[in-house]
Amino acid sequence: MCLAIPALVVERRDGDAAVIELDGVRKEISLALVPDTQVGDYVIVHVGYALTRLDPAEAQRTLELFAQIDTHGSAA
Amino acid sequence: MRYVDEFRDGELARRIAGRIETEARTGRDYNLMEFCGGHTHAISRYGIADLLPPNIRMIHGPGCPVCVLPIGRIDNAIELAAQHKVTLCTYADTMRVPASDRSSLLKARARGADIRMIYSAADALRLALEQPEREVVFFAIGFETTTPPTALVIQEAAKLALPNFSVFCNHVLTPAAISSILESPQVRDIGAVPIHGFVGPAHVSCVIGSQPYEYFAEEYQRPVVIAGFEPLDVMQAIWMLVRQLNDGRAQVENEFTRAVTRDGNVRAKQLVADVFELRRSFEWRGLGEVPYSALRINARYARFDAEQRYGIGYRSVPDNKACECGAILRGAKQPRDCKLFGTVCTPENPMGSCMVSSEGACAAWYTYGRFRDASRAEVSQITTADST
Amino acid sequence: MSAVKRGYLRPIDFKQGRVEMSHGSGGRAMAQLIDELFLEAFDNDWLRQLNDQACFAVTTGRMVIATDSHVVAPLFFPGGDIGCLSVHGTVNDVAMSGARPLYLSASFILEEGFPLSDLQRIVISMAEASREAGVPIVTGDTKVVEQGKADGVFITTTGVGVVPDGVNISGERARPGDRVLVSGTLGDHGVAILSFRENLAFETSIRSDTAALHRLVARMLEAVPDLHCLRDPTRGGLATTLNEFARQSSVGIRLHEKAIPVKREVAAACELLGLDPLYVANEGKLVAICARQDTDRLLEAMRSHPLGADAAVVGEVVEDPHHFVQLQTAFGGWRIVDWLSGEQLPRIC
Repeated sequence: MCLAIPALVVERRDGDAAVIELDGVRKEISLALVPDTQVGDYVIVHVGYALTRLDPAEAQRTLELFAQIDTHGSAA
Repeated sequence: MRYVDEFRDGELARRIAGRIETEARTGRDYNLMEFCGGHTHAISRYGIADLLPPNIRMIHGPGCPVCVLPIGRIDNAIELAAQHKVTLCTYADTMRVPASDRSSLLKARARGADIRMIYSAADALRLALEQPEREVVFFAIGFETTTPPTALVIQEAAKLALPNFSVFCNHVLTPAAISSILESPQVRDIGAVPIHGFVGPAHVSCVIGSQPYEYFAEEYQRPVVIAGFEPLDVMQAIWMLVRQLNDGRAQVENEFTRAVTRDGNVRAKQLVADVFELRRSFEWRGLGEVPYSALRINARYARFDAEQRYGIGYRSVPDNKACECGAILRGAKQPRDCKLFGTVCTPENPMGSCMVSSEGACAAWYTYGRFRDASRAEVSQITTADST
Repeated sequence: MSAVKRGYLRPIDFKQGRVEMSHGSGGRAMAQLIDELFLEAFDNDWLRQLNDQACFAVTTGRMVIATDSHVVAPLFFPGGDIGCLSVHGTVNDVAMSGARPLYLSASFILEEGFPLSDLQRIVISMAEASREAGVPIVTGDTKVVEQGKADGVFITTTGVGVVPDGVNISGERARPGDRVLVSGTLGDHGVAILSFRENLAFETSIRSDTAALHRLVARMLEAVPDLHCLRDPTRGGLATTLNEFARQSSVGIRLHEKAIPVKREVAAACELLGLDPLYVANEGKLVAICARQDTDRLLEAMRSHPLGADAAVVGEVVEDPHHFVQLQTAFGGWRIVDWLSGEQLPRIC
């Protein structure tokens, strides 16, 4: 609910341990809550655990929704 | 940062703000409660209020688990460290929460209690493993986002049969808190404080899914839009709520589709169900006793329950009589309506739950927003004239 | 009778030895430590005299004195250690008045049991920093306290310098219309420290920016002798320094988030930890406030020096009866950048 950030999984280690990377910063976290995650997936990390995988297609769709020029909208 | 920077784009913000401005009907108010410390933080940090028309009001709900932790539970945590002499491992957020007798975990540490700040529940478990001569207690707090990690470490401790590890559990539940707000007298009587819609929490929803909110939308006829953590997500969700309210709809919509599904994280939910059970009632600072709103460790893992291991008894301690946190948490009052705000009660010296954490309504207002009261005119001069 | 040479003293075992109470008691053991460690490393005319004080000629004009205690943990971190930090910190404090730093003193409080190998490493680092900066350590002191009473070692350095004529730098000289500049990227030191601390381990290539800034300051003053304000944003970061200036000068300050230089990895580390780079400590950066018309010249001078290569204009000084520091976010909205509340603790929510 609070401080959580999307990060790239760059390495899997023993058991549920994995390394995520965020703009050059690497940190070891646990994939225990999303064990099917692969290297190359993006996950949302909170207090050292990945909570869920991020869906790139949905992310793209959401960005497109933001950018939509509405029929009666005008930029502020 | 991928999937972060794109969701903070200022140009897109202006476009969404434009849509909101066009569609928000003059002559009616839109009171929207956001229920996630992360959303409160995003609204403050990015100055989102500057981009909304004046008839849209964002109300900060009780979305910060640190803020709603009652004084009595902090007293218990201090008791564990100071009297039972355990090594208490806690997230940094709790260190400055004021407890009874002007104490706090930070002050207790200064007086010699062994209190350690950790980043993750796993750190507490590791400490217990590496130092078998210590009694380690993990001070677990948080909504449904933080609960699965606690479940994991308890299961791990059980697997390892760790004799020196236990958890002081203060996990609370989002839907129960929302009910409590909607049931409260101020909100039930239209004419007091109508909350028209909810911005649903981002990461809690990753775990519990969008399904639990369908009850609120249906029962109380209020729209809920689950929003991602970034400022563009919040703005888009506000737009979606405005649309629903204009159309007279009361549905659960999901703006955070890239991370939230209807069912959420099934594995995480199963883990939590394995380790925890519902408490019949739990006190929330500012809200009083809320039924079925919190979790405790179940019988199977009872030996890891610090409350049982150390015989911790709970004593309710009331807040300062002049503290308006209860009303503020429900949206009935604003921080500046509280007599203590900004004078006696400041982030340096918090008196109640709304000031304790930087996401509390009063702390957010004090830190980021009080200059709006002081110099709103000056700011609009700046934003129109300046193009640096 | 054994054939032991008269006056033979077994050299200190820096590899395996540890600090003992006798090293601080004023006797033979202490004299040996001073001789074989401190004098050996710092070696200069003053120290060779073996007096309790150092004597030097005084120039006319204004002098500056500054002091700083260093209690950083961990003692060794990426990009530096407590030794060079203590030299840079005080050289910078002196330099922030516009003064040319002349001499340093160094006093050590050592914890009984502290490894001599670490102490040697620290002292050598100090000597290198002092030599590179051209500011000798001319006098000092050593004390030892019982185990548990100090975190290994505490170092206090004091520096003196001389202020050139025509230079009048002070925190209360910021005026509406002035511009605010920083000499480079923010947050490097604080994040480098946190990356080493227990419980917050992560692998980064972030190094502390610890550096002596006096030559950069000299170049800035050549270009703009009438610099208004100068300070190095150490504990509490840029936010704290600017709030100090705003209060001292009774003005407001407006910042522009897009203009503030922060390394990608530092920003990412701050995201992960819930920190705001504006509040994170820097040890090799400075904040300058100058009159509007001097801005371009000052920026050019800063960028011409290796320690100012990433210098940038980040904001301006305005009239404001509330003395707020405000930030225009990259997102478009405004918020205030307030004084720090307590210590900046990493958050979960």
